[in-house]
Amino acid sequence: MSIDERVMGLIAREQHLDRNKVTIDSTFEELGIDSLDGVYIMFALEEEFRISIPDSVARQMKSVRQVVDDLTRYLENPEAFKAEAAAPLPVKPAGDTPSGGAA
Amino acid sequence: MRRVVVTGLGVVSAIGNSVHEFWAGLLACRSGIGLITRIDPADLNIKIAAEVKDFDPDRFFTPKRQDYLDRFSQFALVAARQAMEDAGFQPTDEQAHRFGAVIGSGMGGVGTCETGYRQMFEKGAQRLHPFTIPKMMHNAAASHISMEFGCKGPSMSFTTACSSAAHAIGSAFHMIRHGQADAALSGGSDAPIVFGVMRAWESMRVLAPGGADPKRACRPFSRDREGLVLGEGAGILLLEEYEQARARGAGIYAELAGYGATSDAAHLTQPGSEGPRRAMQLAIEEAGLNPEDIDYINAHGTATLTNDANETFSIKEVFGSRPRLVVSSTKSMHGHAMGASGALELIATVLAIRHGVIPPTANYTIPDPDCDLDYAPNQAREKCVRAAASNSFAFGGLNAVLVAKDLDFAGSR
Repeated sequence: MSIDERVMGLIAREQHLDRNKVTIDSTFEELGIDSLDGVYIMFALEEEFRISIPDSVARQMKSVRQVVDDLTRYLENPEAFKAEAAAPLPVKPAGDTPSGGAA
Repeated sequence: MRRVVVTGLGVVSAIGNSVHEFWAGLLACRSGIGLITRIDPADLNIKIAAEVKDFDPDRFFTPKRQDYLDRFSQFALVAARQAMEDAGFQPTDEQAHRFGAVIGSGMGGVGTCETGYRQMFEKGAQRLHPFTIPKMMHNAAASHISMEFGCKGPSMSFTTACSSAAHAIGSAFHMIRHGQADAALSGGSDAPIVFGVMRAWESMRVLAPGGADPKRACRPFSRDREGLVLGEGAGILLLEEYEQARARGAGIYAELAGYGATSDAAHLTQPGSEGPRRAMQLAIEEAGLNPEDIDYINAHGTATLTNDANETFSIKEVFGSRPRLVVSSTKSMHGHAMGASGALELIATVLAIRHGVIPPTANYTIPDPDCDLDYAPNQAREKCVRAAASNSFAFGGLNAVLVAKDLDFAGSR
């Protein structure tokens, strides 16, 4: 199965969504996936693909295509992710809230 | 002084998942205790508990919502829905800001916690489910209730072992009485029947073994009592300021009139008598009543050797050596639901006032010279209950007593 099929299947399964509703162009927002759900999808992806997604990369994943692109990139060259993880975090724009919400 | 009334009730318990079934079970002296089914009890020494039965989360929550809900939050939400429906309360925007959720839990999402530990220590998982923290936190039940019912006023959780629900309800009562809120969903919830918790309780040597007939395992105040039986469930009450309840034409079960909270400040597990005595006295005093106005006490009554004798002694210190009031322990039927017990028992107390029937102490067989009160043994008793108390005394010496009364009963003071 291709990566995009696996990703879409995983998102549908873990979010209890109809598989047909999830397309390569779906954004997380359209699918009703909030920040906490997004964290869970990263966890499920890590389990499914036996990888470790750096926090800085995970935070940017907001759509199916982005997930597929990032994963494809990673599976072709795992070192690229590691380099991104080591890079300093971008400065947060004012008003942005951390994805986990208030602790 | 503002008055606080009970206008809605909700129950998930070992003897039924509705107020109706719960009350019918208590009056029929029906025990909800049996062999443990939720986990494999093969490796446990104590194989009995008071489990909630026929609770199918799919009936109440979408699969996606279930991902966020530990069993203790599910119980609390289901009981809260019952209480809201019972009360017919639909808060306006303005009322929502003066509406809180105050929920007790002894162990919170301990099942979620154990699942995480198993993943880590048994299976060597390097990552845990990202909902582990929001599911297991003790305030999860209060938060979910506030979200579902739009409680935008003060919401919080209480963790004081067996007194959790009573402290939560007492604090919600004071919030409303003193004008910080006009309504609150309040009570307690716990789902502690998981392997690690059972093993830890076993080690304390206070659990009843059960023997041939698990239904009879919990025998409060009876000389042959052998200890407590761990339970689970939730009890939630809708408390409202009296004028608000009256203005919207709500049905009123009873008035919540007094709350006494004290600490033994002595020993982690050995109860004292001064703390319980003072808690009862404070609650009766706040209710504007005298001890002789109290017709019924729903006892803490755990069926441990120590509690029952100590509680009897404390009651006699307040009410005299031969009081005419009736005392019963409904834990003999619904088990010790930990952080939910104070709420389940206040609900039983409120229903006793409402219906003029005292629920019995089940499995009472042999009188104990150290427990010589009228415990309504084995049979519900019709009796006018004008005012009643519900006792909760926690490990750690933290005592909470709630006094409820008939709305029209003025007392003898």
